[in-house]
Amino acid sequence: MQSSLRIVWIYPDLLSTYGDQGNVLVLEQRARRRGIPVEVVHVRSSDPVPEQGDIYLIGGGEDRPQILGAERLRRDGGLHRAIQRGASLLAVCAGYQIMGSVFGGEEGQPVPGIGLLDISSGRGERRSVGELAAEVDPSLGLPTLTGFENHMGVTRLGPGVTPLSRTLVGTGNGDGTEGCFAGKIIGTYLHGPALARNPALADLLLRWAAGPLPAMDDSWYERLRNERLGAVLKP
Amino acid sequence: MSQLPLRAQLASALGRTAATLSRATGRGDGSVIGGRVGLLLEPDLLRKLAHEKKLALVSATNGKTTTTRLIASALQELGEVATNAFGANMPAGHVSALSSNKAAPYGVLEVDEKYLPEVLDTTEAGVVVLMNLSRDQMDRAAEIWLLAQKWRRALAGRPAHVIANCDDPLVTWGASTAARVTWVAGGQRWHEDSWCCPECGGPLDRAEGIVNADWACRECTFSRPEPNWILDGEDAIDPYGHRWRLDLQLPGTANRSNAVVALATAAAFGLEPQRALPRLREVKSVAGRYTTVERDGRVMKLLLAKNPAGWLEAFDVTRPDRPIVLSVNAQGPDGRDTSWLWDVDYRILAGRHVYVTGERRLDLALRLDVAGVGFILVDDFSQAVSALPPGDIDVIANYTAFQSIRTEFGRAV
Repeated sequence: MQSSLRIVWIYPDLLSTYGDQGNVLVLEQRARRRGIPVEVVHVRSSDPVPEQGDIYLIGGGEDRPQILGAERLRRDGGLHRAIQRGASLLAVCAGYQIMGSVFGGEEGQPVPGIGLLDISSGRGERRSVGELAAEVDPSLGLPTLTGFENHMGVTRLGPGVTPLSRTLVGTGNGDGTEGCFAGKIIGTYLHGPALARNPALADLLLRWAAGPLPAMDDSWYERLRNERLGAVLKP
Repeated sequence: MSQLPLRAQLASALGRTAATLSRATGRGDGSVIGGRVGLLLEPDLLRKLAHEKKLALVSATNGKTTTTRLIASALQELGEVATNAFGANMPAGHVSALSSNKAAPYGVLEVDEKYLPEVLDTTEAGVVVLMNLSRDQMDRAAEIWLLAQKWRRALAGRPAHVIANCDDPLVTWGASTAARVTWVAGGQRWHEDSWCCPECGGPLDRAEGIVNADWACRECTFSRPEPNWILDGEDAIDPYGHRWRLDLQLPGTANRSNAVVALATAAAFGLEPQRALPRLREVKSVAGRYTTVERDGRVMKLLLAKNPAGWLEAFDVTRPDRPIVLSVNAQGPDGRDTSWLWDVDYRILAGRHVYVTGERRLDLALRLDVAGVGFILVDDFSQAVSALPPGDIDVIANYTAFQSIRTEFGRAV
């Protein structure tokens, strides 16, 4: 591993509407508490995406910034090259849809995505807003996902990806699954600080980049998880 | 005195009765229920009540209630003013406000950002005041780019005189279809929602570290208009270049900005700063915001902060040597989604005595833990207060958390 872990936050000027910075801060904190030095790079949409990052993050945003973000990522090509090099990526909400072949624009018109995930998205009938809980694909060995979704998207998964989870509460992709993964790319509708509610998912990204991790004190994370899961999974 | 048709008079009177009952039973400020009753009986009541009043509508993400109060105070210099002083900023609240003082020749109405096009259409207000737009309660509020676009459409082709903050690019874009605009350089501290040009999506260039710096799009011609009024430190500079020391009782930069906007608005009504300013200086607190309450020797300054830009403004008026109580809820009016906590930079609180409470205190606890800010978690506000020694305490709460604290102190104003 190189001297420090490089976390690259893509386009906070366009796609950072719902506290997306939280994912950056949680990864940074959980790496540092394990003694891993971290470098965080914020890449504005007017700048090139560096290829030498370890973990890339992209967040949620309104329709127009989403379209602009997709255009600029395609023109830039830096994220594609980083993924080819073996970097990992967490793509959230609007950023998740961008990774597919197509997504719905302002008037529902199809807008081309950047094709890093075998998914296609469109605009649904109504907005899904609220708490979400979902059981993660057993191959990843993660506890129940918890978070908040706020989107109108419906995402169809192709054969090249695996559903990240099956929903217990909430809409997710719209077909009973939530998010997807392929290689070291994870996409999810859990917006904003998804990793604050799912520290095990944060650790999965860190392990992909930095190898095995020592345990850390998770008590604040666990108390919040228990409260939120308790609130939505009441018998 | 009243030129209202009989049906509207009756609707307005019954609404006032409902409002009185709401206050008498301690259920609220009475400003929504009264208007609801009135609108039910006469759907066109708002248009009728607004008719023949000289009206200003005030909208923004933050500072609406305070600026409405400042403008209303200033205009009292000219005559009676009807206003929705308690932040009930949708049509029911507007009906209630205008009903309560039908004879007043002036009206100043705080308007929810989403309702501005509808309320402008109904009231045909002559003056529209627009201050700032930033992310706010995204689970139910409109996306702000879309909101600014609706403002553009609503203002296009109307005679209204707009007073707008030209340091906020999105507000500038939203206001720039109006026939007549007075631009106020009121500053903008929260930049996270204006890195991109609202017109073309290109990057906006601006000087860092200056609150009212020039800005311009790198890719199109959209740029900051020349301001007519300027907030410069403690002073307002008017269109003639005269400098006015503000000397407000309300604290902080955000309120100085609100005051310059109020001076510009007063001028649009023909009221010059030497008459408006003494009125602004009389305002000490606004519907509980900035008020001080006391319990057992603990003197608490109450600050309302509903979104990341609001927290930035609230931190600006707290004092680092004081303990601070933070309370966060996520009920309907707060937004059910707490993800905005991650957009607030809490590191400024490191080293202070911080108490955390509210229905979503665990969300805030984790947020502070990740920020490296030490804190004490308490079950409720009273527990925080009794845990603290007598002395001055700062309190920041979001909407319903603030209202519940305010209720503990007899709906302090």
